[in-house]
Amino acid sequence: MEQFHRGNVSIRMVNPMSEQTTVMNEPFRPDSMPRRAFHLAAIYALGALIGLALAIPTILYLLVPPRSRKQSGWVDAGDVSQLTPDAPVEMSFQQSRVDGWRVLTEKKTAWVVKGTDGNIVAFGPQCTHLGCAYHWDTGVKEFACPCHSSFFSIQGQVLAGPAPRPLDRYVTRVQDNRLQIGPLRNSAESNG
Amino acid sequence: MKKRLDQFIEAFDQRTGLHTGLRHFLYEEIPHSSGWHQVFGSVALFLILIQFFTGIMLAFNYAPTPGEAYNSLRYILTEVTAGRIMRGLHHWGASMIIVIVVLHMVQVFIWGAYKKPREGTWIVGVILLLLTLAYGLTGYLLPWDNRAYWGTVVATQIGATVPLAGPYVSRLLASTGDIGVVTFARFYGLHVLLLPPATMLLIALHVYLVRRHGVAPAPSDDGKPKKSFYPEQVFKDTVAVFVAFAILFTMAIMVRVPLERLADPTDTSYIPRPEWYFLFLFQMLKVFEGPLEVVGTVILPTLAILALVVTPFVDRSKIVKVRQRGLAMGIVLLAGLGWGGLTLAAVKSTPPQTAASSVDFSGPTQWMQLTPAELSGIHYYRQENCAVCHNVTGGEAKAGPNLLNTARRHDRAWMLTHFKSPQATSPGSAMMPVNLTGPQLNDLAATMLALTPDNGDVIATTPEFVADGASVYQKNFCSSCHMINGVGGKTGPALNGLAGRRTEAWTAEHFVNPQKMSPGTPMPPYKFSQTDMEKIVSYLFTLPDK
Repeated sequence: MEQFHRGNVSIRMVNPMSEQTTVMNEPFRPDSMPRRAFHLAAIYALGALIGLALAIPTILYLLVPPRSRKQSGWVDAGDVSQLTPDAPVEMSFQQSRVDGWRVLTEKKTAWVVKGTDGNIVAFGPQCTHLGCAYHWDTGVKEFACPCHSSFFSIQGQVLAGPAPRPLDRYVTRVQDNRLQIGPLRNSAESNG
Repeated sequence: MKKRLDQFIEAFDQRTGLHTGLRHFLYEEIPHSSGWHQVFGSVALFLILIQFFTGIMLAFNYAPTPGEAYNSLRYILTEVTAGRIMRGLHHWGASMIIVIVVLHMVQVFIWGAYKKPREGTWIVGVILLLLTLAYGLTGYLLPWDNRAYWGTVVATQIGATVPLAGPYVSRLLASTGDIGVVTFARFYGLHVLLLPPATMLLIALHVYLVRRHGVAPAPSDDGKPKKSFYPEQVFKDTVAVFVAFAILFTMAIMVRVPLERLADPTDTSYIPRPEWYFLFLFQMLKVFEGPLEVVGTVILPTLAILALVVTPFVDRSKIVKVRQRGLAMGIVLLAGLGWGGLTLAAVKSTPPQTAASSVDFSGPTQWMQLTPAELSGIHYYRQENCAVCHNVTGGEAKAGPNLLNTARRHDRAWMLTHFKSPQATSPGSAMMPVNLTGPQLNDLAATMLALTPDNGDVIATTPEFVADGASVYQKNFCSSCHMINGVGGKTGPALNGLAGRRTEAWTAEHFVNPQKMSPGTPMPPYKFSQTDMEKIVSYLFTLPDK
């Protein structure tokens, strides 16, 4: 209540003090109103220019992705000449990843399958449901995820369970019997 | 619409009082004489806000620990979009605040605005000046390059000379031994956690006091009506703020702030240089040596600060007219001349930066990975003006082919034949034979074979002294005994990391007289011309550590 009252008082005190006092106290000048308009326009315009000059670099700084350094494309995962067809093997390799100003070298794994036609496929080691590590069940000859019982065929297709899409695959190439691994491709994106 | 807006503002104001408050603030009455000379306070406040803003922006991409700090700042400068502008604004803004704050003080002094009853406003202002300097001192370490490290070594050692309190100052700044991780954490904490809220509080107090006593009137204001702060004075302040911002923004874009080599505590040859506004102190220390050092480091600065604090109490006369305050004006003039003279002397006596320490590590540094032969080839590429007819990276088409992918198509033998008689390998080519000796052509071929899409810019970005220095290195067959970047013999020591082991003077002397510097060495003496000596030594001191 007191706050409100004080507010009212100051409104009455300040309002007459503002424009009226200035006009009354200053000697009459016919150009004082245009001058005032010019001052106001200049304040807003210069303020807006400064705001704009700051906003543009800030938006670029925060929202445009940084120019990232070149990543080494292919990493060697090992010899694939000795693989038995239709017997998946988990192979590990070192892959570097750019994390801000750091380049991290991480140990990664892939389930590598040699088809009967000799084609090599490398699956990402995580179940597409919630990211658990699955394994090759030699009994049923399927990839089995222990977390929520998702099962995948040797081609990576979902056979049972909650997994929403086939296993993700690495981009691969084979040179001189050595498997070389590139980036991991999300199976949902690469298929459709 | 206008009526709706007015109704909304009134309803909002009844509940918060903000609009009334704003009007109260803007329609303050100021003396008739107020004008352009009183804009500096607003400009200083604006610049502080810019520092807060850009500081927060930098913190979004900055890791405040040594090593990481350097790498993340380098990331900001080389990879983050507009990162260089942000850092530029913060760096140049810091210098600009010093200029503006000093101008503000000088204006207040000349107009006699510190006199009764405004002593408190003046003293808070003096404290704010000291805080501004503290920002500069603590922020200086944060890039963690050689300049930051060695500048801070000097600053903390000065702090340690304070009588009685010295050891405690050192302990507080964790600088008793080497400058290290703890020192860094203290400086960072001061810079971003302690100083900003302290500044905000003191600015609030400063502005409150200005409002309480009103803007100081001039003698000419007697009997003249007051006028309103808004909009005329606000307009003048805004114009001044805009001019300051325009200068700052231009500097942030045009003037590159370099990043030096990562802080190297073993680099004994580094010459520390403080920020320009501390140079006068730096120079004063040269006057007071030995036991008198404390006079320059502590006593005189303390006296100067005390003099500022007591000014309104000593100068109690009510006279504010400049002509009647000869002594006061004389003191300001002397202080200005003294500061200027000391700074000038310091600039003149600072030895020029060595070529090796002028390398900008926030620029392209791919050339550091090249072998001496490849760098030497760049020297000949430039000497023979190959760029007149050939591109390496993009650019408008030239008479000859782009050389970026030559290595994929041709081998060394093809190149050597091509250099000597271009038409033998490329019938119909308009190229002139390259008039160089066999070893020189070998270096040129090495460069061509080293080019990849990743490092094509080395042709343009290798500093001249590096390419020239490498050619001297090659001319004297240094690599038959020494290894650089994995290439060369093992008879002599590998030269990577030389900068951490030796000084440039030692290295130059070692070329002239190896036996004197390392008795028993099989290295023969080398008599280089002075420019060759400078180039090869500078080149060796840019080598990466590994």
